[in-house]
Amino acid sequence: MIALFWRDVRRGYAGGGATLVIAFFLLVALLFPFAIGPDAALLARVGGGVIWAAALLAALLPVERLVQPDLEAGVLDQLAVRGISPAMVAAVKIAAHWCAFAPPLMLAAVIAAGLLDVSAGRLLLVEAGLALGTPGLAALAVATGALVAGLRGAGAVAGLVMLPLAVPLLIFGAGAIDGGASGLKLLAAVSLVLVAGAPVVAGAAMRVGSE
Amino acid sequence: MLTTHALAVARGGRVLAEELDLMVPRGGALLVTGANGAGKSSLLRVLAGLLPPAAGSVTRDGTVAWLGEAAALDGERRLGEALRFWAVLDRRGHADIRIAAALSAVELDELADVPVRLLSTGQRRRAALARVVAAGADLWLLDEPASGLDVAAVARLEGLIDGHRAGGGAVVVTTHQPLAVPDAATVAL
Repeated sequence: MIALFWRDVRRGYAGGGATLVIAFFLLVALLFPFAIGPDAALLARVGGGVIWAAALLAALLPVERLVQPDLEAGVLDQLAVRGISPAMVAAVKIAAHWCAFAPPLMLAAVIAAGLLDVSAGRLLLVEAGLALGTPGLAALAVATGALVAGLRGAGAVAGLVMLPLAVPLLIFGAGAIDGGASGLKLLAAVSLVLVAGAPVVAGAAMRVGSE
Repeated sequence: MLTTHALAVARGGRVLAEELDLMVPRGGALLVTGANGAGKSSLLRVLAGLLPPAAGSVTRDGTVAWLGEAAALDGERRLGEALRFWAVLDRRGHADIRIAAALSAVELDELADVPVRLLSTGQRRRAALARVVAAGADLWLLDEPASGLDVAAVARLEGLIDGHRAGGGAVVVTTHQPLAVPDAATVAL
């Protein structure tokens, strides 16, 4: 299991995977000033929400690379004949994906906050929210990746499956910037539900996918 | 080592085989033959537990090594490292020694440092075979192991199967081309 975890973390960072997520995240965050104009006060006010929206979109990027390559390469079959349950594989994949996805994203959020002129106090709440919310996002990404693995046009379907389910994270994550601790608690609860449920869903999807 | 009772295999609602009572003892071998699409791979996947049987039951005892269509080796890694991942996962100890022995058994020892994606089709097939050898499992389930192999490599494959059986292991092989497996039971689909 530890071997599988490190393999997935390494694959997450390999081939510029993490760089791509950061670049995409910053690009999305930068689109907003272009769209709503260079009003520093306005940007500072919406900046936290912009970071959250950008994080959600950036979370979509690696979805196709999480399960599909392993399904095609027969890795999931190999794990199955070794008696490792698909739900266990999914849980390890979620942990590994979080390790490859959350730290770069949280780092990029600092840069985005600078670009959007978000104050230090609000940035702290954004970072706290991301720390609590990214496990949920990672779980959702792996579950979606497992559901769409093998589908034609998996990327577009992934967006349609994942984004609606990620809306609660967005609401409570962005809400926590003004709402404080209570918002963070609700965010943590949503994240926990996703982390608890995703391995079962992803495992079942992987089992069906490899049949 | 592998027993089936009144086993039926179906794919997409179409029954490919039924009432199969198979028995593969220690040192035994089973050769599954048939035309393309006859259900050889599906039967093997059922035997491996990757597909649920349409009816009947499969009983396996001992560990299983699976050779499917895909090599399951990470393309961007060196061959030795890619094999090491599975050897570590199998937790049988002495991973490096096992891999070295397996690579020389398929005559790929010189390519241990070459990334998997650069291997040819036949070399990749042999690399997958090395993974099976290194696993040290009791039961080998090999799906078309000879596909893409040259004559010399097929002879080596036959030698590996013989060696595995001599060591008390069992083998189930699907093939659509002639493969010399002495005293093997045969199922024609």
